[in-house]
Amino acid sequence: MRQLILAAALALFAHGAAAFEVEDDRMFGAGTGAEISVLSTTDTEIFVPLIEAFLARNPTLRLRYVVASSQEVYRAIRDEGVAFDLVISSAMDLQMKLANDGFAAAYASDAVAALPAWARWRDRLFGFALEPVVLLASRRAMEGLEMPRSRRDLIDLLRANPARFNGRIATYDPHMSGAGYLFATQDARQTDAFWRLAEVMGRLNTRLYCCSGEMIDDLESGKLALAYNVVGSYALTRLPNAPDIVVIEPEDFTVTLLRTAFVPKAAVQSKLGGVLFDFMLGPQGRALIDGVADLPPLDQTALAPHLRPIRLDPGLLVYLDQIKRQNFLAEWDAAMTQP
Amino acid sequence: MKAFLPSGSLRAKLVMQLLVVAAVLAVALYFTVRSTADRAAEAAQDAILGAATTSIAEQLRATDDAIEVDLAYATFSMLGAMGQDRLFYRIDIGGETVTGYNDLPPPVVGPASLAPEFYTSPYLDTEVRIAAVARSIVVGKGPVPVLVLVGQTRQGQAAIADSLANRAALIGVGFFVLAVPLSLLSAGSVFNPINRLAEAVGRRGPRDLRSVRHPAPRELAPLLGALNGFVARLRGALSQTETFIAEAAHHIRTPLSTVRTEAEIALRQSDDEGTRVRLRSMIRGVEASARSASQLLDHAMVLYRSDQLERVEVDLTQVVRNVARAFEPTAELREVYLVVLGDDAPLLTKGDPLLIESALRNLVDNAIKYSPVETEVRIVLSQADSTLRVTVFDQGRGLSGATTADLTRRFTRGGNVGDVVGSGLGLTIVAEVAVALEGTFELQDVETGGTCASLSLPQL
Repeated sequence: MRQLILAAALALFAHGAAAFEVEDDRMFGAGTGAEISVLSTTDTEIFVPLIEAFLARNPTLRLRYVVASSQEVYRAIRDEGVAFDLVISSAMDLQMKLANDGFAAAYASDAVAALPAWARWRDRLFGFALEPVVLLASRRAMEGLEMPRSRRDLIDLLRANPARFNGRIATYDPHMSGAGYLFATQDARQTDAFWRLAEVMGRLNTRLYCCSGEMIDDLESGKLALAYNVVGSYALTRLPNAPDIVVIEPEDFTVTLLRTAFVPKAAVQSKLGGVLFDFMLGPQGRALIDGVADLPPLDQTALAPHLRPIRLDPGLLVYLDQIKRQNFLAEWDAAMTQP
Repeated sequence: MKAFLPSGSLRAKLVMQLLVVAAVLAVALYFTVRSTADRAAEAAQDAILGAATTSIAEQLRATDDAIEVDLAYATFSMLGAMGQDRLFYRIDIGGETVTGYNDLPPPVVGPASLAPEFYTSPYLDTEVRIAAVARSIVVGKGPVPVLVLVGQTRQGQAAIADSLANRAALIGVGFFVLAVPLSLLSAGSVFNPINRLAEAVGRRGPRDLRSVRHPAPRELAPLLGALNGFVARLRGALSQTETFIAEAAHHIRTPLSTVRTEAEIALRQSDDEGTRVRLRSMIRGVEASARSASQLLDHAMVLYRSDQLERVEVDLTQVVRNVARAFEPTAELREVYLVVLGDDAPLLTKGDPLLIESALRNLVDNAIKYSPVETEVRIVLSQADSTLRVTVFDQGRGLSGATTADLTRRFTRGGNVGDVVGSGLGLTIVAEVAVALEGTFELQDVETGGTCASLSLPQL
C-alpha cells in the first residue's frame, strides 16, 4: 500500500502536480529488516547523529529521512495522505491542526507520559525539544551600542539609530514561512509592543526572508545587523564558526517553540515510529538532540522564567483560520509597507 | 444455587437476598452517578461552548471589503483545556461557509437568535458536541444571516463522568463488602428466636404434649399457633384413641363373660362328645378374648395414667404381697407354689400404685401361666444402691432366645407359647410402667430352666 502511495506520490511529483516538495530524501542503515520513514522539517545534518545512534541500537532497521518545509509536511499528510511512520515538524500550529483533525494516531509509552502537560496534546501530539525564538545581532554592526535586552530596548534602539539599521534588519516573511507566521502571531498575542515594533521595522525597510539559514548567512557577511525572530538552534549550531553573531533571548519574553512529532494514522510501521520517538525522548536521544542540534531538552524544571513555550492546545488553530490569517497578514503588510 | 431451593437454608437464602440487594444497589449507584455526572459535566461544558460560540458570533463584523472574524486565542485554548478536546468550527454567512470546517454538520433546525443550540453529531472519525448560534449582520445593503458552529469532542466530559462513576463504583463495592458481614449478622439475629424456640420444643420429653408457651417474635406467632393447635389435636386424638380402646375393651369383656358362663352351662348339660369338644374350644377362645380385652384395658389405663402421672409414696412390699395374695387361688388351681421372699420392712418408692400393681400383676400372671404343674414361682424383693427390685422367677420354658426388647413390643409373643392363652400386651405394660416410673425392666433365662423377670424402680 505504502509503495503504491509512494509511487503515486512520486508520479505526481514527477509531473510537478500536487505532490509535496521534498528538500532532501536519504536512506540510512543497511539492515534487511523493516524500513522506518520519517518526514521532518529538521535538516538532515542535524539529525544524522541521532539517526546513526538509533540504527546502531537497532541494526536490522533502515531509516528513510525525508525533509520538507512545514507547509509541505502539512500538505503531504493532509492532502496527499503519504504514509510516514513519524512526522516531525517545528510548525506547531500545523501539527496541532493535523492532530485536531484526526491525522495523528494515538500513541502511549512511558516516555511520552513523562512529558509535561504543556508539551503534549492528548495521546496524539508530543513535543520533544524546546527552541527559543531569538534575536540575532552582529557585533560589528552593533559597535558602540548597547545590546538590546528586550523588545522595548529594540524599539528604542531602532528609533534612535535609523541610519545604521535602515535595510539591515531581517525577519521571516510570514507570507512564505509558516514558522515566521507562527512567531509573529505568538508575538502579537503576547504583547502590544509587537505592532509598534513592526511599524518601526517597516519604516526601516526590513528585509523579509523565507528561511533562517539565509538570514544567518547575511548576518555573518555583514549585510545585516539584526535578525528578529530566528530559531535559536540554527544560530547556535553555527555560532562556533561565527564569533560575530550574538544570540539574544528577549527578557520580556522569549517565544519558545516546541518541536513536535506524531505517529500518523496512515503509518505503515506505526510501532517503529513510536520506538524511534521513544529513543528521541530517552537519555541518549535527548543528549544527541541537545548536543548536536543544540535544542534545549524539554524539561519543565529547567525552564528559564523568560521562556514562554507555546502550549500545545487548540488555541493554535485560531491563527490558521483563513480569515484570521488574511486579517493578520493585511495588518502586517500595512506595517511593513509604508509610504 | 442450593440457597434458592425451597428446601435449602433460610439463613443462606436471606444472606443471598441481602447480598443481591446490596449488589443491585451498588450497580444502581454506579449508573446513577455515572449518568448524573455525565449530565452535569455536559451542562458545564455546554455552557462554556455556548458562551464561546456566542462570543464569536457577536464579534462578527462586515467591513467594506472584508468580513472580520475574531476567533479569540484564549477562548480556543480554554475550550480544549478540560479534556484536551478536539475543536472544530464553521462560520457561514449568507448560507456560504466563509471559514472553518465547511463539512461540520449544521443543526437540523436553525437556532433562535443568539441562543446557542446544542446537538451531538458524528464528524470525521469521532463524535462532536456542537453549539450553533445564528444572527444576522449587515453586509452591503441588507442583513445577511450568519451561522456560527463550534464543535468539540467530549473526552473531558467522559473522563469526568468516568472518574466520578468509578469512585461511585468503589463506594458501591465498599457497601457490598460491608453488606457481607452485616447480612450474616442480621440473618443470625433474625434466626435466633427460631433456634431458641426449636431448642425449647426439642428439650421436651416424648410424652409432653402441653402447649408451647415460649416467648417468640410476632412473625413466629402463626407457626407457634399452628404447632400448638397440632399438639392439641394430637393430644385429643391420643386420648380419644385410648378412651375408645378402654371403652371398647370394657364393652367386649362384659358380654364375653356372659357367653362364657352360658357355654360352661351348656358344656355341663351336654352329653354329646362332639358338642362338648366344640364348647370347650369355644370357652378357650372366649377366655382368650376376655383376657385380651382385659389387657387392652390395662394397657390403655397404663398409657393414660403415665401421661398424667400422679406420684405418691408407694410401699412396694405391700403391693407385692397384695398381688401375691390375689394370685393365690389361681396358683393353687394350677398347682404352682407362689412364694414371696424378702423382708416385711416397707420399701418405699414414688409412683402411681395402680401402675405398679398392674405391672406386678402381669409379671406374676405370666410366671404362673408358663409354669408347669408342681413347680415354684418365687417373688424376690431386694434393694441395692437406691434401687428397689422385684424379681419373679419361674421354672417354665424360658425365653428361647427372644430378648426383652422383642417381647415388650405390643402384640408380640415368644416363639414357644403356642399352647398358652395370651395377648402379647402383658410385658408391654410392664415395660411401659418401668419407663413411666423411671425404672427398668429386664427378662433373662435362668440357667437351671425358667425365666427371671426383674422390675427395678428408684427408691424414694
